[in-house]
Amino acid sequence: MSPARATPAPLGTAAALALGDDALVLSHRLGEWAGNAPVLEEDVALANMALDLLGQARTLLSLVGDEDELAYLREERAFRNVQLVEQPNGDFAHTIARQLYFSVYQQLLYGQLAAEDGPLAPLAAKAVKEVAYHRDHAEHWTLRLGDGTAESHERMQRALDALWRYTGELFEPVDGLPVDWTALHDGWLTAVTGVVEQATLTLPGGPQSGAWTAGAGRQGIHTEPFGRMLAEMQHLHRSHPGASW
Amino acid sequence: MTSTEWPLWEVFVRSRRGLSHTHAGSLHAPDAEMALRNARDLYTRRSEGVSIWVVPSTAVTASSPDEKDPFFEPAADKPYRHPTFYDIPEGVRHL
Amino acid sequence: MTTTAPEAGRLEAVFDAAVAADERIEPRDWMPDAYRATLVRQIAQHAHSEIIGMQPEANWITRAPSLRRKAILMAKVQDEAGHGLYLYSAAETLGTSRDELLDKLHAGRQRYSSIFNYPTLTWADVGAIGWLVDGAAITNQVPLCRCSYGPYARAMIRICKEESFHQRQGYELLLALSRGTEAQHAMAQDAVDRWWWPSLMMFGPPDDESSHSAQSMAWKIKRHSNDELRQRFVDICVPQAASLGLTLPDPDLRWNEERGHHDFGPIDWDEFHEVLRGNGPCNDQRISRRRQAHEEGAWVREAAAAYAAKHGEAKA
Repeated sequence: MSPARATPAPLGTAAALALGDDALVLSHRLGEWAGNAPVLEEDVALANMALDLLGQARTLLSLVGDEDELAYLREERAFRNVQLVEQPNGDFAHTIARQLYFSVYQQLLYGQLAAEDGPLAPLAAKAVKEVAYHRDHAEHWTLRLGDGTAESHERMQRALDALWRYTGELFEPVDGLPVDWTALHDGWLTAVTGVVEQATLTLPGGPQSGAWTAGAGRQGIHTEPFGRMLAEMQHLHRSHPGASW
Repeated sequence: MTSTEWPLWEVFVRSRRGLSHTHAGSLHAPDAEMALRNARDLYTRRSEGVSIWVVPSTAVTASSPDEKDPFFEPAADKPYRHPTFYDIPEGVRHL
Repeated sequence: MTTTAPEAGRLEAVFDAAVAADERIEPRDWMPDAYRATLVRQIAQHAHSEIIGMQPEANWITRAPSLRRKAILMAKVQDEAGHGLYLYSAAETLGTSRDELLDKLHAGRQRYSSIFNYPTLTWADVGAIGWLVDGAAITNQVPLCRCSYGPYARAMIRICKEESFHQRQGYELLLALSRGTEAQHAMAQDAVDRWWWPSLMMFGPPDDESSHSAQSMAWKIKRHSNDELRQRFVDICVPQAASLGLTLPDPDLRWNEERGHHDFGPIDWDEFHEVLRGNGPCNDQRISRRRQAHEEGAWVREAAAAYAAKHGEAKA
């Protein structure tokens, strides 16, 4: 039922960029929460996850080239992150829904990579522990928001629905990653469904991707908010060409 | 609106194997599971711990300061409980 | 608790003796009401400063010019949230809830350090905050590790330990700018020019005008006078500025052989009092941002409380 696994090969640029950009962009979004979280304890938790992801991004991008050149000097179309991670924070429910969808994916993905003998195995082995915590955090909050008050239930459902269309892209094969994508999707769907139902929420029913055939994040096609995010992120670095910081 | 204020928890951290849990401080959390997670982020973010306990602050029964003397003074007259009570000849090690 | 007059006298004597012997006062010990009130005021102000202080630095997280700097800055702002939490916990041991303290902050009835009412206009401001603002804070805080109130002293020990990197990262950041391009050097100098005087104001009004100081010193909540700490800070900064290759914006700053200290020019106390009164460049912005985060988070806090109420007992 699943395609033959690719044999371990030297890590391709495509794979490192895809995973590295995912981590970089989500870290940036989580960093935007600093000072704005619903409660101080969450300021600390969200920053922890942002730091984990930034660490992963730096390791991955460094496999490809200079981390800062890659982060600050690439144009929007050269970024390979999935569209899910670039979605704006929205309210806390949107951030948690994004975290849930992505951390379950990331944990299963890194779990597979850690079990392989590939060049990513050491990084994956470290990252899988970090993202297991991100997943735990997202699951706990999904339960509390879903099964909390009427308002939180409604917000959480809306967030799950709104971000659902960005989840299909997660399972699009990435060159050079020895991953069983079908199993990944199945595992992801089972895990997410379990949490969503336990939280008294409904798994969104619509399509998992948009209708546009041009592609999505992995092809360098992003959503409108991403350009503004990059403008902010890159502005200072680009204003001082060649400077070191 | 104190009705939604999360309860207070006391946090105890075992900094490494072989040591007992020590009171590290307190924090707010809606329930025990979240308290554990918040404690991990707050009190062990520089890898200061291998194990954490959280206890609702309201569950702690403390000796009152007024009882201080009868409560603690008996221990003060049992110096033999402390290693320095004993004279050990010089050169004896690993004791 | 009603205590008879002779009993109150005995308790006060026990308290005084403990303070005199440099012992720590612990939460359940008897303490004078004014001591408790002073501590709540000071610890709350300190906690609020950590929380409000996240804003000027968080302002640059999304624009940090390298990934290394971004990681450092996120970790630092995270520490500030953590330090706020340690301090609110310490205040809570005195019988005030964090919600109460936050309400007072949001209503403008409790203060935070005025320094955070200044804006961070450039990236170099992140460095200047680390070097000067955290430097001044550390000068203030190190003696607080020996404060007579146990929970506060313990929180400060933890905070000082964790903050050791805060000042160093600021200094290193400025050094990189100072040794960088001409534009970077100018950015660093501009930031130091703007942050120097407000940093000196962080030590509070001169000793002869400081209303709370004498009693706080007697209670060993405070260990050194404002002017003493300010002088110590100036003496530390002058050689550090020289190593940075930056100047401090004070034409009167010079070594005084006789005193064994640096003389420095007059501080603009009018500015200090005006900012304190609410007329700083960012007072409104900082408080409304804080209030907004709190209000927008209300439904989340309510949800978690409701969930705990539904599931809490079942689990235990």
